[in-house]
Amino acid sequence: MASTVLHIVNSTLEWVTLALDTPSARAVVFGVHIGGHLFVEGLLLVVILFLLSQKSYKPPKRPLTKKEIDELCEEWVPEPLIPPITEEMQYEPPVLESAAGPHTIINGKEVVNFSSANYLGLIGHEKLLESCTSALEKYGVGSCGPRQFYGTIDVHLDCEARIAKFLGTPDSILYSYGLSTIFSAIPCFCKKGDIIVVDEGVHWGIQNGLYLSRSTIVYFKHNDMESLQNTLEKITAENKRAKQLRRYIIVEAIYQNSGQIAPLNEIIRLKEKYRFRVLLDESNSFGVLGRSGKGLTEYYGVPVDKIDIITAAMGHALATEGGFCTGSARVIDHQRLSSSGYVFSASLPPYLASAAITAIDVLEGNPALVAKLKENIAILWKGLSNIRGLSIASHPESPIVFLRLEKSKGSVKDDLKLLEQIADCALKEDSVFVVVTKRSTLDKCRLPVGIKLFVSAAHSESDMFKACESLKRFTESLLSNYN
Amino acid sequence: MITIPYLTALTTYFSYGLLFAFGQFRDFFRKIFDWWHASNLQGYAPICLGLEDFYIRRLYLRIQDCFGRPISSAPDAWFDVVERYSNDNNKTLKRTSKITSCLNLGSYNYLGFAAADEYCTPRVIDTLNRFSPSTSSTRVDGGTTTVHTELEECVANFVGKPAAIVFGMGYVTNSAILPVLVGKGGLIISDSLNHNSIVNGARGSGATIRVFQHNTPSHLEKVLREQIAEGQPRTHRPWKKIIVIVEGIYSMEGELCKLPEIVAICKKYKAYVYLDEAHSIGAVGKTGRGVCELLGVDPADVDIMMGTFTKSFGSCGGYIAASKEVIQYLKYTCPAHLYATSISPPAAQQIISSIAVILGEDGSSRGAQKLARIRENSNFFRSELQKMGFEVLGDHDSPVMPIMLYNPAKIPAFSRECLRQNVAVVTVAFPATPLLLARARICISASHTKEDLLKALERLEEAVGFDYFQISSENRGML
Repeated sequence: MASTVLHIVNSTLEWVTLALDTPSARAVVFGVHIGGHLFVEGLLLVVILFLLSQKSYKPPKRPLTKKEIDELCEEWVPEPLIPPITEEMQYEPPVLESAAGPHTIINGKEVVNFSSANYLGLIGHEKLLESCTSALEKYGVGSCGPRQFYGTIDVHLDCEARIAKFLGTPDSILYSYGLSTIFSAIPCFCKKGDIIVVDEGVHWGIQNGLYLSRSTIVYFKHNDMESLQNTLEKITAENKRAKQLRRYIIVEAIYQNSGQIAPLNEIIRLKEKYRFRVLLDESNSFGVLGRSGKGLTEYYGVPVDKIDIITAAMGHALATEGGFCTGSARVIDHQRLSSSGYVFSASLPPYLASAAITAIDVLEGNPALVAKLKENIAILWKGLSNIRGLSIASHPESPIVFLRLEKSKGSVKDDLKLLEQIADCALKEDSVFVVVTKRSTLDKCRLPVGIKLFVSAAHSESDMFKACESLKRFTESLLSNYN
Repeated sequence: MITIPYLTALTTYFSYGLLFAFGQFRDFFRKIFDWWHASNLQGYAPICLGLEDFYIRRLYLRIQDCFGRPISSAPDAWFDVVERYSNDNNKTLKRTSKITSCLNLGSYNYLGFAAADEYCTPRVIDTLNRFSPSTSSTRVDGGTTTVHTELEECVANFVGKPAAIVFGMGYVTNSAILPVLVGKGGLIISDSLNHNSIVNGARGSGATIRVFQHNTPSHLEKVLREQIAEGQPRTHRPWKKIIVIVEGIYSMEGELCKLPEIVAICKKYKAYVYLDEAHSIGAVGKTGRGVCELLGVDPADVDIMMGTFTKSFGSCGGYIAASKEVIQYLKYTCPAHLYATSISPPAAQQIISSIAVILGEDGSSRGAQKLARIRENSNFFRSELQKMGFEVLGDHDSPVMPIMLYNPAKIPAFSRECLRQNVAVVTVAFPATPLLLARARICISASHTKEDLLKALERLEEAVGFDYFQISSENRGML
């Protein structure tokens, strides 16, 4: 027994001496011989591992008891669903009793209508009404399904082909609502991590699309090309990985909030220099700008394939509802499966699609409408430019004539009140229907408010004369009362 | 909830795996090919990077002919489907002028108002001549006509709430209302299978979003208790308000929501209820007033009721019905009301006329007949399909019946075979449903007659046969 123990002890000792004496276990540090340092290091490692495996001290987590949760739930008081109703929230718009053409009936009286974006005067056109009637009799009203599930009716395909042919682009896609066109198209192409440079005066639809896309958004000053150039320069300098980063510039052709026209030739020059893609919203310029109404590209003489994506709402010049988006085949095909407003929503009612086809036919066969509209805008401009107290803030060729107060009354609320009074008086006493900008609480646009007049090719000279006189009279009288 | 049998799950995964592998293979060759040809992107980043559109290019395009089939007549019980052909293996499809008349089991036409109707269409054409197809203006500017005010009153009466507001599109209704009602600091608790428009609206609002298990009131209670006790994330401040969003009928499951329990829970915890009745308004309930009527819930208990007019009324657009103050506030600030063109007047007239027919105000009993017919049709069809051995989802009385397919190969097979037999069905796969749970969805309409349904059953049986489906013997004869 003792001999085996001794034997074991001896062999261990031999082994340890061997370990300590192996060449690798000998080291010379600062002239001092150290033997068996591996053994020490091994021991150190074991100690470290032991310490690491110890649990650190954390105060124990005590979840809330059922009673505590009950108490919290009882104590919690939610805010009311809506804030209390103030007086300005009770505004009721005037109710029309006939079609929203250049003349309409409000409260039994005939008024001159400057509040409909009926730029080409196609509301009430017989060809439109005829094609709608035959479509209604053939297809009924609704399309009863999204485009992927038997909601594609042959008029939709015809309409898309017609729009593409008219504009000269490869393909187009039809949406069932004007507002959803832009806020579905943007998240379809812009994802998290992409960079979008956008004008600060864009309308709510674009703002919502930008928010939903979760990309990085950079604003530039409203319609200011220098600001745009500086922004693009800054972004390109900061981000060198052009290969994976998608970059977009989003502008409107004619801004709904101010009536300015975007200088497309400048934008194209900048886009090509810095390699950004352009998304252009032509809701208010389709059918208005250019010799035959093809929009901003024709106005500036830019070939339409330089713009990557063009969207437009058809509820303006084309006097129908819905919207379309057009561009290269790749762009359009991508939207057919990834654009939420297209895939998850019922398609456009077929009679509205056939109205759109007829409207484009009328426009193409009758370019004189566009010229008449231009004339009317010029006449109205001349008449409104000498009103004391109001200045025209929109471009001379924009069909939305935007009148702003020359001197603001201090706050947006006061300005709005005064402008509403002017518009009210004009409607009640002179039967001229104009509108004041209304902004939602969700809208981030900070452009000044004003009175808007939508000019139509169907307005006669006397209509516009009447409007100018009426606005002049009431502005001067109300401003003097105010002062 | 759907429980998928193990063998089916395995085979489905295997099929998808195979498709994925083939897709990657082809992508690899495509990359080599493209190397040879100069890229025409010139320094711009591509529209889709890497695997973003892999599913579309390699899986969806193969069976593209099953989706988006154009029709050339009204989507009534029988309609004309346009034939298409492809020269490049389904990458592009071209229309022909040939049409086939098929039985329509896919359109949302619950009460049969899809085609020209004897009461509604003359009135619609009248309104068209009076008011034109569009007002080209927003509601607050010059877009409110007498038809719009009549419509809002009509809808409010029909649904049982004091006031209503109408928009031109159902999708926009959800996306534009939620950001107005709740913002940062609020909480939205939504059902896990809610529609994309609700998800988008909730995201656009900036509120925190939590999800509760589909149609499980006990889980909703658990989530509510947790969230109220914890408060806002990170700061733990109390929530400003909590909105619970549920749907009346879930379009991919055909189930009715458990509304009485959910309303009771929300009342207890002071949360607001938002009910989306897109598929149930007009289609269920004794007089067609939706799930509230069917399940016996007082409309005053539901804070906000939303619905669309596309399905049961054969028109377009959406509405919100709530108390007068809420509607007043929405009219003041909702972006869809302030910035979007108002609903087309003929479409509005169609809704008014169809509501009049449903309520019997047109002097006939067609409305009551339609409601009775859709109920009978749905229940009959569902029981027959189950007898045939299909796995059909959905509750009793619901006109939406999804049939489970699971396997990706069955999706085009079912769709094409049915089309060959002149029955038009809708098949749905990823991403509208979870990856493994592909299905075919049948929507019954009040305009289907008994003969139509019997013919459909006969043709479905022929189409399915034994080559594509194994209707297991234990399922046969099971109700």
